Amino acid sequence: MSWDWSVIVEYFPRLVDGIWVTLELVFLSGLLGLLLAVPLALMRASHNPWLRALPFGYIFFFRGTPLLVQIFLIYYGASQFEAVRESVLWPVLREPYWCAIIAFTLNTAAYSAELIRGAIHAIPKGELEAADAFGMSKAMKVRRIVLPRAFGIVLPAYGNELILMLKSSSLASTITLLDITGAARTIIARTYTPLEIFLAAGVLYLIITAVMIGCFRLLEMRLNRHQHYKMPAELTAVDPRLKD
Amino acid sequence: MTEKNTALELIDIHKSYGSLEVLKGVSLSAGDGEVISILGSSGSGKSTLLRCINLLERPSRGQIRIAGEELNLVTGKDGDLRAANIRQLERMRSRIGFVFQNFNLWPHKSIIENIIEAPTQVLKQSRDQAISRAEELLDRVGLLNKRDAYPANLSGGQQQRVAIARALAMDPQVLLFDEPTSALDPELVNEVLAVMRSLAEEGRTMLIVTHEMRFAREVSSQVVFLHQGQIEESGTPEEVFDRPRSQRVRDFMASHA
Repeated sequence: MSWDWSVIVEYFPRLVDGIWVTLELVFLSGLLGLLLAVPLALMRASHNPWLRALPFGYIFFFRGTPLLVQIFLIYYGASQFEAVRESVLWPVLREPYWCAIIAFTLNTAAYSAELIRGAIHAIPKGELEAADAFGMSKAMKVRRIVLPRAFGIVLPAYGNELILMLKSSSLASTITLLDITGAARTIIARTYTPLEIFLAAGVLYLIITAVMIGCFRLLEMRLNRHQHYKMPAELTAVDPRLKD
Repeated sequence: MTEKNTALELIDIHKSYGSLEVLKGVSLSAGDGEVISILGSSGSGKSTLLRCINLLERPSRGQIRIAGEELNLVTGKDGDLRAANIRQLERMRSRIGFVFQNFNLWPHKSIIENIIEAPTQVLKQSRDQAISRAEELLDRVGLLNKRDAYPANLSGGQQQRVAIARALAMDPQVLLFDEPTSALDPELVNEVLAVMRSLAEEGRTMLIVTHEMRFAREVSSQVVFLHQGQIEESGTPEEVFDRPRSQRVRDFMASHA
């Protein structure tokens, strides 16, 4: 076989356009998913059995079915209902872009909610009792202690979830979106050079993943600075007069 | 009138876990500035009693008064009491300082942030005011130079001193200590007891669950000995330590001498 660098060079700008679509899909649905996941996680961690049961079906469905099926259900399924086609939501649900965003958001929210719930349960009970003992209200305790603590605990696992999402985002290409994978498929349909173009696409995903890992490491240093704090030397040093 | 104002009054506190009755009707009252030590072997209910005062544990029956104000309680669905008015409970809790056996500092906040958290959030003090008060208190417990460190950087004794400063920052009417030195290495116990001793000397009202017999004897105005959820004996330190009427207390003192 022959390796053709020129197609990579020629079509690289197209792939780069795809990067933006991919990043939009990941970060927009990541952000929306997180906003949805926090209340779901709080409900899942609640002492009230009814509140706890409420998000269960939703989480069970979205964790238990393939993302591709979820995308198809929203993109092809929603349009089957006349009520949907006539509703104000139709301009949104008609667009493959928004269908992908909705599917990714709902999917990642389900996973993230379980991650955050786990983190909430991992907070030592005594820290919450301390908040109670000071007369904090429930809402204040959640805002000041529970969520900041849970975010610190969940961060490594959540970074992982976002990286998984980056790679799942390639499924958006199945509903005509020109993300990295979608762009690659279009280029290949024209040039018949699958090896070069898919490899170039793979390298792009690798680079994005590496950058995301770096960002999460920085965020981790910031959010969990209590685990990395080193006391200034003058506070830890033994008094020189005590040395022999 | 020589009678001091009552800072804390517990009337007939009961607590059951299922069929296990841990507290069988304990009443006690602390005048302003009194230091009451609660002694007893493990399982006697002393920590449960302390935790019932601010409803960290919900009593099954009984009454609680802080500085004359009665905490309104109603029976919950599970049969234990709960606060009738959550705002009142929060307000009363903010006036009761609680020092835990395991310190329970918030690890994601620096030392100074730990101390100003409740004053700024619960009492709505300004940040500047809370910080200057926190620095005073840190200085008092000898840890001002650790103000920007995190709990994980501190030894157990230092963490407990911060926890005491954190409780003091609320200017509580009563301070409750739940075995404050039990989780500490022996060489760190004294630094915490020294801080508590100075608080007793300045006339703070304190309830202390402890196993430190010598300390209890020196600082207490009243000693309460709990056995199987009931007060076995109570009185001045001299009465309880030197002339206990109950054989059980005598045995306990002999084994803890």
